[in-house]
Amino acid sequence: MSKAARQLLRGWLGRQLDDAQRAWLDEQLMNLEENPSDGTLAIALGMAPRRLGKADLALEPADYAAADAALKGWDPHGWSAADAARVLMLTEPSLSNGFAHRFRKLCSTADVAELVALYRGLPLYPEPASLEPQVGEGLRSNMRSVFEAIAHRNPYPRAHFDDHRWNHMVLKALFVGAPLAPIAGLDERANPELARILCDFAHERWAAGRPVPAELWRCVGRFAEGGAIDDLSRALTSENAEERRAATAALAASPDPRAAQLLATTPRSP
Amino acid sequence: MMLIDPHAHMISRTTDDYEAMAAAGIVALIEPAFWIGQPRTNVGSYLDYLSHIVGFERFRAGHFGIRHYCTIGLNSKEANNEELAEGVMELIPRFALKEGVVAIGEIGYDEQTALEDKYFRLQLELAKKLDLPVMIHTPHRDKKRGTSRSMDVCDEHGLAPSKVVVDHNNEETVRETLERGYWAAFSIYPSTKMGNERMVEILRQFGARQVIVDSACDWGISEPLGVAKTAKLALQKGIPQAEVDLACYRNALEAYGQSGQMKESDWLNPPAIDQRNLYEGNSILRGGREPKIEDAKQPRRSMDDLIIK
Repeated sequence: MSKAARQLLRGWLGRQLDDAQRAWLDEQLMNLEENPSDGTLAIALGMAPRRLGKADLALEPADYAAADAALKGWDPHGWSAADAARVLMLTEPSLSNGFAHRFRKLCSTADVAELVALYRGLPLYPEPASLEPQVGEGLRSNMRSVFEAIAHRNPYPRAHFDDHRWNHMVLKALFVGAPLAPIAGLDERANPELARILCDFAHERWAAGRPVPAELWRCVGRFAEGGAIDDLSRALTSENAEERRAATAALAASPDPRAAQLLATTPRSP
Repeated sequence: MMLIDPHAHMISRTTDDYEAMAAAGIVALIEPAFWIGQPRTNVGSYLDYLSHIVGFERFRAGHFGIRHYCTIGLNSKEANNEELAEGVMELIPRFALKEGVVAIGEIGYDEQTALEDKYFRLQLELAKKLDLPVMIHTPHRDKKRGTSRSMDVCDEHGLAPSKVVVDHNNEETVRETLERGYWAAFSIYPSTKMGNERMVEILRQFGARQVIVDSACDWGISEPLGVAKTAKLALQKGIPQAEVDLACYRNALEAYGQSGQMKESDWLNPPAIDQRNLYEGNSILRGGREPKIEDAKQPRRSMDDLIIK
């Protein structure tokens, strides 16, 4: 658990909340410190948006830099003030014993906004590895915002998912219409199996006469050899300029000599 | 014309229904917790149900540009299974403060048994404690007595009639409900509860000051366009627009808005965080990817079959 990250949350909220809201939040945190019961926590979490409203957390570029410095890869873009307050409550040190069990129980009765906050807070929680099965449940959600709370701007998957779970997260992002770019560690965690899965997915899309999401090729490039080069060659002829650019970048990253030849003989994409 | 359907069990309705409702002017609806057509055998399935209506169903409605709210409660039928009821009563406080929960409901009587009475009263006390409105399901059988009794018990527990919606009224119960100062809701449900021609006559006779129209559409043969068709028919039959607006929009907003969880700005000017999480305006995502082209096709349910018998 990161003390520095908690201090940041507290500072950001302190700046943004009015006196009554600040006093309410302090009181909840004090209650939790003294009486870390499920009931106290459930009421505090439930009341947070009612007391603090639904405004976004107002952050400056320096705040994002401070977030990343406190916790490598932590990016609170898109957090609401209520998210920040909820994560602050959840990371109260008195609650850290048996946190995985508590986390699972909270997820089972959470509304959508609570699920988003619960999962956004992942990098800040104690014993993060023990939360992985419940995070897997969250990834199975078809509620895009819940899925994105895990997949986007969150260093947890990069640090804790094995390749199998990672690959399915990337593929599911394509299925639910979530962009790949905000996934922390997208390039670093690319792997040959994911490249194969994504090429197969591109074939399915072509067969169905549907567009191939251009971002997909970004995870293929470094492992593009043999048949994947043919796929990228086809992507180079796409009507979609974005896909042609993505294919060009993927070929540039490929270790296969055919990729270089292909690039040399293809006119530059506009 | 903006409409609200303040009683719709969308968990058992299709995407065609959502499309048709949105096209007919429904901007918001309320999904009351109820039984699911057959008895639940354990508290776990109740937990999943409540979680579904505060979460996934809300998300689903948002794709169609409809704001989804719900009520949380132990229904009267399942109050008769004491073991289940005890478990559910422990769950209710855990769900009643979730976002978009606008009332404790639908609660009340089915066969008017002692157990139904016990859990009805306990939930009225909880509503008072949490400062939430109440949605009352009045019984199908022995309706007149059951409706009076429901209000007697609310009075006895000191609930303000202005915070209680008495649902499933008919010609026999409406006068007393209105005279006692409660909101009188009517479910436009084919063949059983209320038809929309009868509803228009009630509006003509009693006015719309405390009247709320809903569809109560569920897994049975019911009509998700109940509110929209009633509004259209009422206007055709000369009920003033302001009265139709009260019965089909404004009164529901006023009654359930007392929860603090339902505001006109939710659909007129939704906060950014809701647009990211719960509400996608009028774009419908199909197969997870392609946004719907507005007006690309007619909803499959038709507004032309206007009369609901």
